[in-house]
Amino acid sequence: MSIAVTRTQAPVVVDQSKCIADKGCTVCVDVCPLDVLAIDMVSNKAFMKFDECWYCMPCEKDCPTGAVHVNIPYLVR
Amino acid sequence: MDTIELEYDIVVVGGGTGGPMAAVKAKEKNPKLRVLLIDKANVKRSGAISMGMDGLNNAVIPGHATPEQYTKEITVANDGIVDQKGVYAYAANSFAMIEELDKWGIKFEKDETGDYAVRKVHHLGSYVLPMPEGHHMKRVLYRQLKKARVDITNRVVVTRVLTGPDGQACGIMGFDCRTADFYVIKAKAVIITTGAAGRLGLPASGYLWGTYENPTNCGEGHVMAYHAGAELTNLECFQINPLIKDYNGPACAYVTGPFGGYTANAEGQRFIECDYWSGQMMLEFFNELEGGRGPVFLKLDHLAEETIAEIEHILHTNERPSRGRFHEQRGNDYRKKMIEMHISEIGFCSGHSASGIYTNERGECSIPGLYAAGDCASIPHNYMLGAFVYGKFCGENAASYVADQAPAQLNTDAIAAEKARIAAPLNRSEGLTPFQVEYKTRRIVNDYLQPPKVTRKMEIALQRFDEIREDLDHMSADNPHELMRAMEAYAIRDCAELATRASLFRTESRWGLYHLCVDHPEKDDENWFCHSNVGKAANGDMVFRKREVEPYVVELNEQEKSAYQRLRVATPAQAA
Repeated sequence: MSIAVTRTQAPVVVDQSKCIADKGCTVCVDVCPLDVLAIDMVSNKAFMKFDECWYCMPCEKDCPTGAVHVNIPYLVR
Repeated sequence: MDTIELEYDIVVVGGGTGGPMAAVKAKEKNPKLRVLLIDKANVKRSGAISMGMDGLNNAVIPGHATPEQYTKEITVANDGIVDQKGVYAYAANSFAMIEELDKWGIKFEKDETGDYAVRKVHHLGSYVLPMPEGHHMKRVLYRQLKKARVDITNRVVVTRVLTGPDGQACGIMGFDCRTADFYVIKAKAVIITTGAAGRLGLPASGYLWGTYENPTNCGEGHVMAYHAGAELTNLECFQINPLIKDYNGPACAYVTGPFGGYTANAEGQRFIECDYWSGQMMLEFFNELEGGRGPVFLKLDHLAEETIAEIEHILHTNERPSRGRFHEQRGNDYRKKMIEMHISEIGFCSGHSASGIYTNERGECSIPGLYAAGDCASIPHNYMLGAFVYGKFCGENAASYVADQAPAQLNTDAIAAEKARIAAPLNRSEGLTPFQVEYKTRRIVNDYLQPPKVTRKMEIALQRFDEIREDLDHMSADNPHELMRAMEAYAIRDCAELATRASLFRTESRWGLYHLCVDHPEKDDENWFCHSNVGKAANGDMVFRKREVEPYVVELNEQEKSAYQRLRVATPAQAA
């Protein structure tokens, strides 16, 4: 199949040193209305898998360790 | 792609605002009922109020307003095209709902005497009740869902309502957006609370997800009701909102108005007397914007520091808290300069206009066993409190309805066809991406449908949407998440066609900017003082009919009827 890679700047940034997904936490993944966050299978940390953010912020507000930061997407800011 | 089969008495589709209330009220009515609340996100944080709400826009509270007065206000704000029984039923139940929410722990602003601190934003009456701490809405609702023992299924995208031999709703179909498992859920009644069709127009930023409405709400509810044979109404009455330029969050005149903020033109002059949403208000806004006196701004820079600080606290912690982050990045300070505003892309949303799945004052749709509440249903200007009240009506009435219903035999052909439609994009190794199909559909919506409406442009749009109907069957999806976007592209295209055909059907102009038609620039009460309903014919075509406005239960005098035509400030005041 055809493959093209488009570079993007993810609005949702996860501080891996604070993320406790490797301890079983999935709060940010659970609360995202658009289901754009996931747990990386290698690092076991949360990351933005799909660039479809509404910048609504439940992921940041509900993260128990303050590891998530929501930026306004480039096209909007 | 496994098939999961479940059976319930009532399935509520959509876990945002009206859905949780419907589910709780159905269980309260009959605790033995098996009630499922299903959402494509997670009900803990789904829907339009995922981050809470900063106030009630339509609180009808004794001592401040009467149901009769509110019914009049909404009637004139909608150019008279209103079934008053539906509006009145909301208004008469508004206060009881506020009291119940208060009991559940929702914090409303109260004055020093303990009375609700109602503010005036509307043109005639006072209906705005602030909730400065309204960020806890979803948590409170979730607690009630657990208490009522409502079953919850998250991350399932519902795509179609199943109908029985008598045309009644008897279940739903959908798929898991993480595993792609196919769901067939049998039910005696279905309640649709899927919110607005908020991904219909493309935001001016070009960013697909930067929509005014929560972008999960993309019109699936409208489309599943339509395909099940239920009627939709007034789809030419578009929702268009004032918003902060680029940010797409609401400008929040409702929050700032009572504090002394207002909408101003480039000269800092106030040009509308009332910031309450109506088609006429949007037309005045549009005229100012496009008439050489724009841009239009939200003016707060004349207010005292403590007032601005309070406004900031409310606006930056509720509903769309990233608004503060946006302003910070742009160097916008309410204290120092006016904030540029613009108008939003189009959508369907009864919360702010009058379109949606046609329901009566009991929340019943036009086919048995199907109910709808909130922004996807047709009761006008419902907002959050209306979604709660109609959620309650739907839950209670559905609970009564299912008591006499036996489970229907499911249509196996319909199930096989829907399973094949959903599975197809995953089975294609090459094809169009759902994102590009969606982008193209929404760009065409903007190019050809954004008012002022032009007949020739809409005819071209129909041709393009027909082409896109073919394109949909060539989409491929790499994973279940992309499959969700592919199925959403189907719903968006259907909504776009519904919006176009409805606009062509009504050959007049009405509702200010919402249906401003260049080829028919005048309001035509003689021929068009009616609703327009659309249904699906046996051959699959969209069929429109005029539906009479029900006799008013609250009469209006001539002076009141034209109140919303007199919004423009006669002589612009000088900036303070």
